[in-house]
Amino acid sequence: MSAVRQERVPVITGIGVVAPGGVGTKAFWELLTAGRTATRAISLFDAGSFRSRIAAECDFDPAAEGLSPQEIRRMDRAAQFAVVAAREALTDSGLELAEIDPGLIGVSIGSAVGCTTGLEEEYVVLSDGGRRWLLDPSYAVPQLYGYMVPSTMAVEVAWACGAEGPVSLTSTGCTAGLDSMGHGAQLIREGSAEIVLAGATDAPLSPITVACFDAIRATSPNNADPESASRPFDLNRDGFVLGEGAAVMVLEEREAARRRGARGYAEISGFARRSNAFHMTGLKPDGREMAEAIRDALRQAGASAGDVDYINAHGSGTRQNDRHETAAFKRSLGERAREIPVSSIKSMIGHSLGAIGSIEIAASALALRHQVVPPTANLHTPDPECDLDYVPLTAREHAMDAVLSVGSGFGGFQSAMLLRRGETA
Amino acid sequence: MMAAVTGIGVVAPNGVGTETYWQAVLAGRSGIGPLTRFDARGYPVRIAGEVTGFDAAEHVPSRLRVQTDRWTHLAFTAAEMALSDAGADTDELPEYEMAVLTSSSSGGTEFGQYEIERLWSKGSRYVTAYQSIAWFYAATTGQLSIRHGMRGPCGVVCTEQAGGLDAAGRTCRLLESDGARFVLTGGTDASLCPYGVTAQAATGLISPSEEPERGYQPFASTASGYVPGEGGAILVVEQADAARERGAKHVYGLITGYAATFDPRPGTPDPEGGSRLRRAAQLALADAGLECGQVDVVFADASGDPERDRIEATTLREFFGPHGVPVTAPKTMTGRLYGGGAALDVATALLSIRDGVIPPTINVPALAPGCDLDLVRGEPREGPIRNALILARGYGGFNAALVVSGTE
Repeated sequence: MSAVRQERVPVITGIGVVAPGGVGTKAFWELLTAGRTATRAISLFDAGSFRSRIAAECDFDPAAEGLSPQEIRRMDRAAQFAVVAAREALTDSGLELAEIDPGLIGVSIGSAVGCTTGLEEEYVVLSDGGRRWLLDPSYAVPQLYGYMVPSTMAVEVAWACGAEGPVSLTSTGCTAGLDSMGHGAQLIREGSAEIVLAGATDAPLSPITVACFDAIRATSPNNADPESASRPFDLNRDGFVLGEGAAVMVLEEREAARRRGARGYAEISGFARRSNAFHMTGLKPDGREMAEAIRDALRQAGASAGDVDYINAHGSGTRQNDRHETAAFKRSLGERAREIPVSSIKSMIGHSLGAIGSIEIAASALALRHQVVPPTANLHTPDPECDLDYVPLTAREHAMDAVLSVGSGFGGFQSAMLLRRGETA
Repeated sequence: MMAAVTGIGVVAPNGVGTETYWQAVLAGRSGIGPLTRFDARGYPVRIAGEVTGFDAAEHVPSRLRVQTDRWTHLAFTAAEMALSDAGADTDELPEYEMAVLTSSSSGGTEFGQYEIERLWSKGSRYVTAYQSIAWFYAATTGQLSIRHGMRGPCGVVCTEQAGGLDAAGRTCRLLESDGARFVLTGGTDASLCPYGVTAQAATGLISPSEEPERGYQPFASTASGYVPGEGGAILVVEQADAARERGAKHVYGLITGYAATFDPRPGTPDPEGGSRLRRAAQLALADAGLECGQVDVVFADASGDPERDRIEATTLREFFGPHGVPVTAPKTMTGRLYGGGAALDVATALLSIRDGVIPPTINVPALAPGCDLDLVRGEPREGPIRNALILARGYGGFNAALVVSGTE
């Protein structure tokens, strides 16, 4: 089985990121390596009545990022993020799209909540401020259906790169960004596409999303100190901080990338998913299914625990997640889990739901490129139940050949991806 | 390795339960009627394919009912039917080798509308804890995974109305290379609430007709758009060997070929029109190792939009030759079911193979110029069916093609 898999290896040759703290991959990596946090009081709407009034927002001006007036009108904020990230990734890859058969270009985008911001804004108009269950359809904007079906975000990315091969959106909640990358890698492996734009986007900072996480007390209420509210693995963590953003990457088959002289960031060597079939939001402390996903991802990559040099953790900063995840690392990697750095970039850019899985893959690929591990910000007081090396506060130079990135989400989904530095890096 | 369909569960506007639905389809009985789920006066959509006579309380435990949208209620019900039909005891199967992979088009639209309304009319404290798990697109897959103890590689694909085929196609990959042996796939939809219908109408693709017989007439000279519907189908798909091993009581057929493509972006010259739809069909047949002549029936996407109908008809004519293959669209009896539509077509194609009969297309009195197809109209057509090609298109440019084949 592994011999067959090695025939066509997907490699990341371009990265585009829209993240809190600055648009573009360069700003993103600078923020991470500086250990700065981009969490703050919500400014996108009046959040005064909510339990959690903080978030990691993107300072994003669509016109300044090159979107045309019609694109801006047509697309929800999440779709705008995706297209801007896709364009940056294409430029970064150095691909000449005109030379590629469009039928061999695919798109795999992930999102947890789709165009929820646009949907809510339009609902407010149609219902005249929430006053009526029966709406006034004459106020419907032409793009309303595009907001309702998240697949339009994959459509927009396909249009941005001229893809005419397999195009889809994956929506497995907070693992969507890992799962969409995994699907994109699969398209390359099986030969359904030569080039895939893979990534994820979410822009969930709207009243309804904030309200629904308030209702289950999943988000941090630390409104007094937004900059240090996202505290993965810290004893005093009190929930995640919502974020927004997108990352899109260009995936190519390794030999083709080598032939054109492209420099790869990382190879996608293994990807696996499991589900806990336990609870839509709850996690058992044993980390059993995530551990199983990690083992399977390593097995696919022909790697052992000893090969893993760094773990880019889900690290959401909820009490149950960080404990669950720590257990999963120990369960799957044994003693190796205690020897390697583990960090959560959600401490700096918050939790952008489905998007974060792809943003974390971008961070992992950049970590391999620069041989630097981004830190876990705000980790001042270790939690005795979370007893691994979480790289507190300060980025660290570290020799790495393989990075594991994991995600966990509502629905019980657990995903794991192994990246290798590879020959073209 | 082959992907065998061993269980089917249908919740459709013209029948809840697979055999009830199938008898309705063979009899040409439509489930399209006046939209009754809310007061639709003043709406641009007045008729729909509603799943009538479905009482969630009869099918879904109350604890689960309150935390899920109607879209998921329909899926719970269809999944139970499919599992029971497959005769599988999920407690006996390896937990990591069972998975759920559904198509979702717009998630829990009605639940979401209700919660947004509470937020804006009453305040944030009135939003229920279940909004976070009921509305999002992964709700159905997550709930089915939990309910049936399926801990393998689960997924959710969103390609609007092509989703049911993409989910079935990806299911084959789960069975081939991701270690799964037993997968629940398919999809449902239930967006016939004020917000859902308002958004659907904004595309301009829905027929303005208020007459159930006139609202969805694909390939007809009188085509004027489509009628929205709700419902769908869930299938049990297994590794053929594993199904045999556990003594599966029947195999409806095999999923033998799949491909997906995407239309050129608007403004890009596509002189042939539908070139990518044809490409999807070509690739799916190649995947199945079949020639055109081996296809016994095509379940068409059948948009109901005159231009899109013409593109599909031209594609089929060029691919199979004039009148080269029987074509049908039983969805004329249900309306278009979004995330559930293509999944229901897969179920219908498998029943067609089982019984050797092509179900009819209804309400197409005369074909439009440019849509000269061998469209099976009015009455079912009997004859052995070995291979069926199913086509589906999703809003924005998605094309998918799936081939299902008999076991002989």
